[in-house]
Amino acid sequence: MVDVILLSLLGLVALFSSMAINFAQDLAFQVQGIVVLATSAFMFIWYLRRIEPVPADPAHPAPRSYMDGVVRAGVIATAFWGMVGFLAGTYIAFQLAFPALNLDLPFTTFGRLRPLHTSAVIFAFGGNALIATSFYVVQRTSAARLWGGNLAWFVFWGYQLFIVLAALGYVLGATQGKEYAEPEWHVDIWLTIVWLAYLAVFLGTIIKRQEPHIYVANWFYLAFIVTVAMLHVVNNLSVPVSIWGSKSVQVFAGVQDALTQWWYGHNAVGFFLTAGFLGMMYYFVPKQAERPIYSYKLSIIHFWALIFLYIWAGPHHLHYTALPDWAQTLGMVFSVILWMPSWGGMINGLMTLSGAWDKLRTDPVLRMMVVSIGFYGMATFEGPMMSIRAVNSLSHYTDWTIGHVHSGALGWNGMITFGALYFLVPRLWNKERLYSLSMVNWHFWLATIGIVLYAASMWVTGIMEGLMWREVDAQGFLVNSFADTVSAKFPMYVVRGLGGVLYLAGAIIMCVNLWKTAVGAAPRVSSATVPAE
Amino acid sequence: MKRKSEETNDPGTTGHVWDGIEELNNPLPRWWLWTFYLTIIWGIGYTIMYPAWPLITGATPGVLGYSSRAEVRADINAVNAANAAIDQRLVSAPLASISNDPELQRYATAGGGALYRTYCSQCHGAGAAGGPGYPNLLDDDWLWGGTLADIQATLAHGVRWEEDPDTRYSQMPAFAEILSAEEIGQVAEHVLAISGQEFDAAAEAAGKTVYADNCSGCHGDGGKGDQGQGAPNLTDVIWLYGGDREALTTSIAKPHFGIMPAWSQKLTPLQIRQLAVYVHQLGGGQ
Repeated sequence: MVDVILLSLLGLVALFSSMAINFAQDLAFQVQGIVVLATSAFMFIWYLRRIEPVPADPAHPAPRSYMDGVVRAGVIATAFWGMVGFLAGTYIAFQLAFPALNLDLPFTTFGRLRPLHTSAVIFAFGGNALIATSFYVVQRTSAARLWGGNLAWFVFWGYQLFIVLAALGYVLGATQGKEYAEPEWHVDIWLTIVWLAYLAVFLGTIIKRQEPHIYVANWFYLAFIVTVAMLHVVNNLSVPVSIWGSKSVQVFAGVQDALTQWWYGHNAVGFFLTAGFLGMMYYFVPKQAERPIYSYKLSIIHFWALIFLYIWAGPHHLHYTALPDWAQTLGMVFSVILWMPSWGGMINGLMTLSGAWDKLRTDPVLRMMVVSIGFYGMATFEGPMMSIRAVNSLSHYTDWTIGHVHSGALGWNGMITFGALYFLVPRLWNKERLYSLSMVNWHFWLATIGIVLYAASMWVTGIMEGLMWREVDAQGFLVNSFADTVSAKFPMYVVRGLGGVLYLAGAIIMCVNLWKTAVGAAPRVSSATVPAE
Repeated sequence: MKRKSEETNDPGTTGHVWDGIEELNNPLPRWWLWTFYLTIIWGIGYTIMYPAWPLITGATPGVLGYSSRAEVRADINAVNAANAAIDQRLVSAPLASISNDPELQRYATAGGGALYRTYCSQCHGAGAAGGPGYPNLLDDDWLWGGTLADIQATLAHGVRWEEDPDTRYSQMPAFAEILSAEEIGQVAEHVLAISGQEFDAAAEAAGKTVYADNCSGCHGDGGKGDQGQGAPNLTDVIWLYGGDREALTTSIAKPHFGIMPAWSQKLTPLQIRQLAVYVHQLGGGQ
């Protein structure tokens, strides 16, 4: 019966997408339709071929060990999309220094490649890392196999389809023009379906857990999944102009739309890049350090404080705009109060190493995780500081913001993900150890120096252009034109691009190392796949 | 909160184990907790001082009476008040006399420069050297005249800006619809000749007649142009759309129709004056 429903659904999707290709009002919608048609047709045939004529043999009950296949796929996807995202970022960094790299083609202009880069690193690289690690962590800390059978595979492949549809849309010019929420309505609906399935798998696994308590990492993962669902749905409320076209009209307008967008945008940072990755931190750091978490109390207090406060901080993106002053004030105040709750995670991470600090000398993976926590602490101090209205009047619209985002993204999100990947690959592929620790060391230093070049150059250009924009002479006349600031930034743009090259080079070394680890010999003596209790 | 095991320095664990991970029972770090409290107290104080809490029909205004709009307005008013006297002098002075007053000239140039960088540099370039289709403002080759009054009129009313009845207006016919391709080639040779470039002598001889019949009315018998109707001088080596054979042929067959906005729609008469003085002193003012 389930087979019949699934096959009919796939058939309907195939039919609908072929109509979409036929009636499409824009190129992006048409190409996306072709991708959906190909996917659903492939799924239909694949599913039809594996239907068994007789019921499953009761002598072979459903497997009870941990479901690690989907985690392995997630690890591969994380590494792959990471490379795509870093490469795109490095390329567009050089586009800003050398505009000829736009190539005079609509598909390769900065305006289209920039969302490709941000979505690739945040949603493709970061999202896959979060999905894969959350599936791994929730099983281990709940002592239970993932709930929902192949639903976890649906989440994985559905999410990859979302990434491909979104990326095609950007390159072909379909965007709703909202930062970090660029995909148009039809892609948004698909992500909503996938995300609800993700929530079901995660929550189902927690509900059937064998442990009496829910581990702190899972609080953070769950907060991330639930809040992102809410943010995504509200910020993307829109009315399609036609069901056969990608264009849609937002239901909010003007400053209401701006506020909704930055409520979403800031909490994409808060719940996707902070809460979710804190979940990773709370599992992989104590595992790698082999030390207990520093303080249970601190984890409770900083969790609830973080969850409560972050959601109000968005208006600090709209200082000195049409947004009323009172909303700006609240956004700023909540951002400043958020400082200590954010640092609670840093303290718990760093202090977990007490008694194991000597391991930093010998274990480059742990070093990577510790540096990521350091960057987390720096970024979560810099953020509240930049949210202060007076500081913001200098920093807003400048490259300082870009530098801030990247010290968080490259330093915190990137490095903790690399640490988790180095932890996971030997265990998931059943190997004794990583292929090469010295390659991890190389990766560590290349990435760290790359981040320093990036952040330092953006501080210089950001503060410089902020000062140039506001410079007036004795009679109140502006001294610089916009183009003056652009040409003054050129040297720092080259330095920033070089920082990107170093970071990318480190990631390439990581991919080689992980690949060699997975295909290498030296199997682990004891099996990594412990059956669920 | 009591620190229960200060002597042994062992806080103990919560007793739970997840996949080998335990949790220590350490208390909240004091400095962390107190900094957290301080930021909350500061936050409460700040929201009392500044507009903050939403009410039914508005929001608490804050005891300081701060408003970001009022702050900007006060800044602008302060500058306007400080410059009021000299602004008045600049608006009322006869144009030609501005350069005799060094203080006024300096002030107008500074203000005009700021306006230029904001509104003009996008087309004419940050250094005012122009580019293909956008006139160079540094030289003394003017399409519509280079006196202060001419420049002020061009700024105020624009070029071919149809919303302004006083705009500078002229239109060169598309000679592709009037002359044969051969004749266009011939007249292009003639323009090459009078601008001192290499040319084909035979074609040029015929082109001279075509020029006299079709072009001299606006560009003049000798090709010196006419600023009264914005007809460019063809004998200098300054070209708006290029001066080689190919560019000239294109310009004759299908002329360009460059426009400039009428800035009086956006800027005040005072600002137009400042801009006129600025552009005039760039080097080519007459």
